[in-house]
Amino acid sequence: MSKCCTLGKNPFIRLRNIKKSFGHVVALDGVDLDVYPGEVTALVGDNGAGKSTLIKIISGVLYPDEGEISLNGKTYRHLTPPVAIELGISTVYQDLALVDCRDVASNIFLGREPLKARFFVDKKRMNRESEELLRKLKVSIPSVTTPVEFLSGGQRQGIAVARSINQQGKMIIFDEPTAAMGVGESARVLKLIRSLGDEGFAVLIISHNLHHVFSISDRICVLRNGRLVKDFRTENTNPDQVVGFITGSNQRTEEFRKGSTKA
Amino acid sequence: MQKYVQTDLTKIKLLTSHIFPQLLLILVMLIMVILLSVTSPFFLTWDNLRNIFDHSSLYIILALGMTFVISSGGIDLSVGAVAALSGVCMAAAMQGGLEAGLSILGGLIVGGLMGAANGSIISFLKINPFIVTLGVMSLSRGLALIITGGIPIYGFPRDFTWWGNGHIGPFNPPMLLAAFLTVLAAVVLNMSRFGYYTLALGGNEEALRRSGVSIHLYKIIVYILSGVAAALGGLVVTARLNTAEPLAGWMLEMDSIAAVVLGGTSMKGGKGSVAGTVTACLLLGMLRNGLVILSIPSYYQQLVIGIIILAAVIIAEVRSGKNLAFINK
Repeated sequence: MSKCCTLGKNPFIRLRNIKKSFGHVVALDGVDLDVYPGEVTALVGDNGAGKSTLIKIISGVLYPDEGEISLNGKTYRHLTPPVAIELGISTVYQDLALVDCRDVASNIFLGREPLKARFFVDKKRMNRESEELLRKLKVSIPSVTTPVEFLSGGQRQGIAVARSINQQGKMIIFDEPTAAMGVGESARVLKLIRSLGDEGFAVLIISHNLHHVFSISDRICVLRNGRLVKDFRTENTNPDQVVGFITGSNQRTEEFRKGSTKA
Repeated sequence: MQKYVQTDLTKIKLLTSHIFPQLLLILVMLIMVILLSVTSPFFLTWDNLRNIFDHSSLYIILALGMTFVISSGGIDLSVGAVAALSGVCMAAAMQGGLEAGLSILGGLIVGGLMGAANGSIISFLKINPFIVTLGVMSLSRGLALIITGGIPIYGFPRDFTWWGNGHIGPFNPPMLLAAFLTVLAAVVLNMSRFGYYTLALGGNEEALRRSGVSIHLYKIIVYILSGVAAALGGLVVTARLNTAEPLAGWMLEMDSIAAVVLGGTSMKGGKGSVAGTVTACLLLGMLRNGLVILSIPSYYQQLVIGIIILAAVIIAEVRSGKNLAFINK
């Protein structure tokens, strides 16, 4: 694995030797991954390569069988969703995990509603801060009191991102953010993700679309059969090379054989 | 330009689809009031209206708890039986020499415990609420029969029967209890963090969990609320009749569910209306009262009430379905 050229920077999160199996299926087979602040790191790989399992472990939804997660100078065996959120890890899931029938502000503040008089939800403050946040992210919606079920895919994505930032997220994980999205909408969402990286967030993104990956990422990590097989700087590689690593055609014969017997 | 026009239309449609069930209820209610007061001189008298409020108060108390449960995406079939069990427990405690206040408290705790049992099994073991509460329903009814030996307990101190037949000015305690709980429920559901989480549970439980909220805790509290509401219903029934019947509150769960759904709370969860529930309870109370005044045989009353519930639910559903289709275009 090539050590990255982010010298002088400390990784926001450091994963070491993460292993996870479901029954007899090995999903992750000793993955090492560092994610740096101010960078967009793309995680690519074929279906079943273990991308989703890896981000679920980072966000605390799944516990690894083996391995360590280091963060803020502390080492954890596993995280739980509340702990991950507290440590600043927010995930924008593929299904966005929005409560469709609730309005935009309620979704952005889900789980951290401000209170007044220690009992009443401070709706005015929620609306005001949601508007501010969405304006900063350049997400345009009709009103923060609209139920999210009436919004478009891009708008919903924007709201999910706003919620992540509102959870005081320092690292934001995106699972297939542009899946099932139109061209214009994808472009807007990608711009939003890129701008998060530029603002200093540690961004980890899973995508199948290499074109999107190349247009916004600083680093590309390739997962194959549960292993991190390559860690590129985006400017030092090209789509053909990445595809080669995704499919395994660039691998040495020995590793290739190993991989195919496993599959 | 075009986008903004669309947005405005969406908003208007949104508003009407949200308020529509309530508007429909109020409309039906007005028509009924007019029809009944034209056909019977007794209908629009204070005594009769008081009667309606008095009778509806029991349904309102139970349906408020049910509003929370259904908003959270669940259902509670045990409320009628839990009401009976709580009433029986209060009666047995008083028979054993405990004073009224403590007996009532004990009965409410029993209701809360049954709710906690419902909520814990549903949440921790992830079993369908329909099945769990059906089991707890049978269990509670069985316990009530065992405690009483199947024979009603009657004759309670005045401190206790006051809760059914007392007077506070022109009102009686059940009415005021129902009114107080209505305000409380409306505030909690719409303005508290617990209310937000109740609706989020019904809308998308997984989203709430991923936001770091303990969904077990809130789910269990929802069912405890319903259990305590049922126990308060048990208090009202027992005090009113001065009798604790193990078979009291028969089918009360169905009346509560009907009122909640009629009031515009979505069976899918995520949307709940306290005002709608209370309006629906009053409407059903008025309907029962009207059918009696018009001396319609009781077999027909069941039939008429069933038809009206079906019609109202179907109309509301078709209406909101149309709205959604319109917006999605």
